[in-house]
Amino acid sequence: MAKEHPVKVRTSDFSVYYGQKQALFNIGIDIFDRKVTAFIGPSGCGKSTFLRSINRMNDLIDGTRCSGKLEVDGIDVYGKEVDVVTLRRSIGMVFQKSIPFPKSIYENITYGLTLTEKRSKDELDHIVETSLKRAALWEEVKDRLTHSAQGLSGGQQQRLCIARAVAVNPEILLMDEPCSALDPISTGKVEELITELKDTYTIVLVTHNMQQAARVSDYTGFFLMGKLIEFDRTRSIFTAPSKKETEDYITGRFG
Amino acid sequence: MKTLASTTTSKKRLLGFFAVLVTVVAVVAIIGLLISMFGTFVVQGSGQLSWTFLTEAPRNNNTEGGIFPAIFGTTILVLLMTLLGVPVGTATAIYLSEYARQSAAFARAVRFAVNTLAGVPSIVFGLFGVGFFIQFVGGGIDNVTAGAVFGKPALLWASATLAVLTLPVVIVSVEEALRAVPRELREASLALGATKWQTITKVVLPNSVSGILTGSILAVGRGAGEVAAILFVGVVYSLERLPSSVTDQFMHLGYHLYVLSTQSPDVEKTLPLQYATTLVLLGLTFVLNFSAIYVRSRLRRI
Repeated sequence: MAKEHPVKVRTSDFSVYYGQKQALFNIGIDIFDRKVTAFIGPSGCGKSTFLRSINRMNDLIDGTRCSGKLEVDGIDVYGKEVDVVTLRRSIGMVFQKSIPFPKSIYENITYGLTLTEKRSKDELDHIVETSLKRAALWEEVKDRLTHSAQGLSGGQQQRLCIARAVAVNPEILLMDEPCSALDPISTGKVEELITELKDTYTIVLVTHNMQQAARVSDYTGFFLMGKLIEFDRTRSIFTAPSKKETEDYITGRFG
Repeated sequence: MKTLASTTTSKKRLLGFFAVLVTVVAVVAIIGLLISMFGTFVVQGSGQLSWTFLTEAPRNNNTEGGIFPAIFGTTILVLLMTLLGVPVGTATAIYLSEYARQSAAFARAVRFAVNTLAGVPSIVFGLFGVGFFIQFVGGGIDNVTAGAVFGKPALLWASATLAVLTLPVVIVSVEEALRAVPRELREASLALGATKWQTITKVVLPNSVSGILTGSILAVGRGAGEVAAILFVGVVYSLERLPSSVTDQFMHLGYHLYVLSTQSPDVEKTLPLQYATTLVLLGLTFVLNFSAIYVRSRLRRI
């Protein structure tokens, strides 16, 4: 693998345990800056667990522990001096079930912005507009920013959640099956968005949809039973996988 | 189809018929009881019910006049109880739902204590109020300040006793409401860089307002009708003037009813007053319960 881009996230010998059960086994991976990296694999293979390890969302589950190293920009994310709140602020996350806060569209976008500092109305207005434009939602909602976000359609809600994450200006965007609850047209819009956003953000995408991984990602990792079986350029993974398990999975022989 | 038809024997049909019959009879009996009870009080009590009855003080040794001091006392008592009990109950519920590890021994102990508290007879709470609030807390304040203001039965201590009594109701309903907030909302907030406390105050609590209100109003409904718990901690059967401070004593609808029906020199003469007082007390409790249901359904629709 030629490294034409700097590494954003690097893990070595990284394992995660839920209580007694080991969920991830000795993951070693380099995720490149401002590229889209997709993780594929059958349900329960550990791809979401790995994604949630990057911004330490797994901390919320009682009895989770991990070993090995996970570095973002060379800083050990699980190091003692790391403040989880600051870490999560620089790593945006979009979830499978896109639930906007039961507030207005405007307040959904400004939620993350007003947590640490007071900002002027003009500044907020500006960020709301640019964030919604980035998420390709501005034209659809610009006349009803004060309306409840729960009145939006499923696809609009997911794009709102992307705008909400983008608004705090993170460096990494984690997406956990962002299209699994969306219809094909909304999925297309979100995929288009991912391709546009990768100029600015390092995007890590977990997906069940192999075509999606093939369409939008630059690199693909295949997880199976908690192990990272193979990680390479997306084209190589889908045209010439080097491991038999990967080939079996992408040709639909199991999973 | 033949086999399907033959499975429903006449015996089973008969059984089904009886099951319906029994449940219907039970429902009718309950509705009948409610109507006859309410009906009696409405028929017997409404004659006595008048503007003067609601706004005047009792006269002639509680055999004439109105019940205003009792309505006033009950209302203030319940308000103070809510102010004291709901914040403590909500804080406990937040601890149980948001901070405690569900398997932790301490959280289990708190839960056990809450459930036990719910089963304690109310007269025991009354005695607890005397020992803890009046003698220990009130007496302690009087000792420190060298006064004689707090170490005696008072509106404040009766409210505090009722607040303790209604804590389980508040804790259980608020915790239920907090738990109903979807995990995804909390995670979305935390992922945006919110602290746990910010997530609780900005996302979890606003989404649980209806539950907190329901808990408060259920507590009010329970507290308003409670007599045994306040017997020793501040209620009196007659007052020269309305209480003007939380350290004053007060009159109460439930206790007034007890006084009218057992302590009056002429119980027969006070019978209409008893019916009317019961009607007011029942009305107050029903209004509170129905407003709880109304508020909850309104908030759910948003």
